[in-house]
Amino acid sequence: MKDTIFTVLSQRKLTRNVYELKLEGDTDQITRPGQFVNLRLEGLYLRRPISVCNIEGRILTLIYKVVGKGTEQLSRMEAGWSLPVLTGLGNGYDTSLSGSEPLLVGGGVGVPPLYLLARRLREEGKAVSVILGFNTAAERFYEEEFRALGCTLTVTTADGSCGVRGFVTDALPETYTHVYCCGPEPMLRALHRVIRTGGSFSFEKRMGCGFGACMGCSCKTITGYKRVCKEGPVLQKEEILWED
Amino acid sequence: MGRLSVSLCGVPLDNPVIPASGTFGYGYEFAELYDINLLGTFSFKGTTREPRFGNPTPRIAECTAGMINAVGLQNPGVDRVIDTELPRLAKVFHKPVMANVSGFSVEEYADTCARLDKEPQVGWLEVNVSCPNVHGGGMSFGTDCGAAASVVKAVKAVTAKPVIIKLSPNVTDIVSIAKACEDAGADGISLINTLLGMRIDLRTRKPVIANTMGGFSGPAIFPVALRMVWQAAHAVKIPVVGMGGVSTAEDVLEMMMAGAAAVEVGAANLIDPWACQKIIRQLPEAMDKYGIRTLSELIGG
Repeated sequence: MKDTIFTVLSQRKLTRNVYELKLEGDTDQITRPGQFVNLRLEGLYLRRPISVCNIEGRILTLIYKVVGKGTEQLSRMEAGWSLPVLTGLGNGYDTSLSGSEPLLVGGGVGVPPLYLLARRLREEGKAVSVILGFNTAAERFYEEEFRALGCTLTVTTADGSCGVRGFVTDALPETYTHVYCCGPEPMLRALHRVIRTGGSFSFEKRMGCGFGACMGCSCKTITGYKRVCKEGPVLQKEEILWED
Repeated sequence: MGRLSVSLCGVPLDNPVIPASGTFGYGYEFAELYDINLLGTFSFKGTTREPRFGNPTPRIAECTAGMINAVGLQNPGVDRVIDTELPRLAKVFHKPVMANVSGFSVEEYADTCARLDKEPQVGWLEVNVSCPNVHGGGMSFGTDCGAAASVVKAVKAVTAKPVIIKLSPNVTDIVSIAKACEDAGADGISLINTLLGMRIDLRTRKPVIANTMGGFSGPAIFPVALRMVWQAAHAVKIPVVGMGGVSTAEDVLEMMMAGAAAVEVGAANLIDPWACQKIIRQLPEAMDKYGIRTLSELIGG
């Protein structure tokens, strides 16, 4: 973990309310896909945790959806502005669990962390299948980026306006060796029920500190209480306990 | 004796800066970031007799210049703390630690304190009679002079270590509670715990916090905290530990001028994990700026 200043390189609108932010700075602390960073925004007290979409050298890419004050403020940042960032947070995905044909499943704004994961798995020579689930065609993003990595891509939309009509669970392939997923909790629950292999599930929770001090984001698991920010955000299928 | 050194209930501190309970875990997360031996001490995570998960999530909310938490005393229970957390801490922290204790009955407070009394590294027992998060829990003790006094007496009967009572600000008259604790034999008091607060999500029209209400902390509460520290320090002769929204070296000086013998730093640790290290480093310069030679001469001045 490191507290460091990043500089905004560019900001690009991907959909009506989803943005891609490229930052330049010290990315050394980011060692695994699926980790996150915690952004300090002017005038806001708590930092805002955002998952890492990609790193290339000193360039960090974040994709986020504008949902409140913090992300709205983030969307107004322009090239050259500086941003204090706590980097290298969370456990991230373990690529050694992938087997030869990993399946990556992302829902909506849960898609971004899968990009760096897909890249790493492709670099390791794995045959990577990716399912990206959205509500509607207008909300899609990053299809081309995943294709460019050489992934087999399937898109689902709940309203059928693009790709397979329905949910990500309607598009599961015949064979896969491990499932990596990130998305809304109903999607994670549905996947947890139907997948036939091991799975790495990335969770989202409202956080206080993001580094394990405040116990704000705790969850119950088969193996005891865990902090989503520290022992998570990625939990293994066997340890997940769903709270009703 | 350095410029920064003070004493708390007879135990010397290299400086008055103490990370507050619930913002510093059991220390070792922060020990990975900096040498926590530069702290005066720290108050470890609120510990109860039994293990607790705490409240349902979400249990954190953003506020203007602050935050609300309703963690609800998540902790592994006093036995695990003694068996696992304290031995782990002893490897990275070589000073007396402040043990923060909470409970739901007078007997539970006494049981937990009796066990911690046997731990050589525990320098002080900070007894939380004020946690606003738990239904039927700590709240009632800290808002009633008789109940607070009964906790003080029960704890004092089972320990030889200094007992500091951590007070709730959610009371009509902080002075009478502070005096009741002093009269019952407390060795010190610390204040303020969080202020009871609430946020509503405009989109869902529901409280942000699953538990509806939570404890409000951060720089927004500093003036309220300072006022209560000043009132309490003028009313009792025992040492007062000031806390509530402290984020800078200047805040530490202001708290000490109000009468605090030492100062706890809470929410600031969550925003900047190095906050206490920075505050301690900045203290000498801030003291120079205001013509303060030593901190011990500043208390109540």
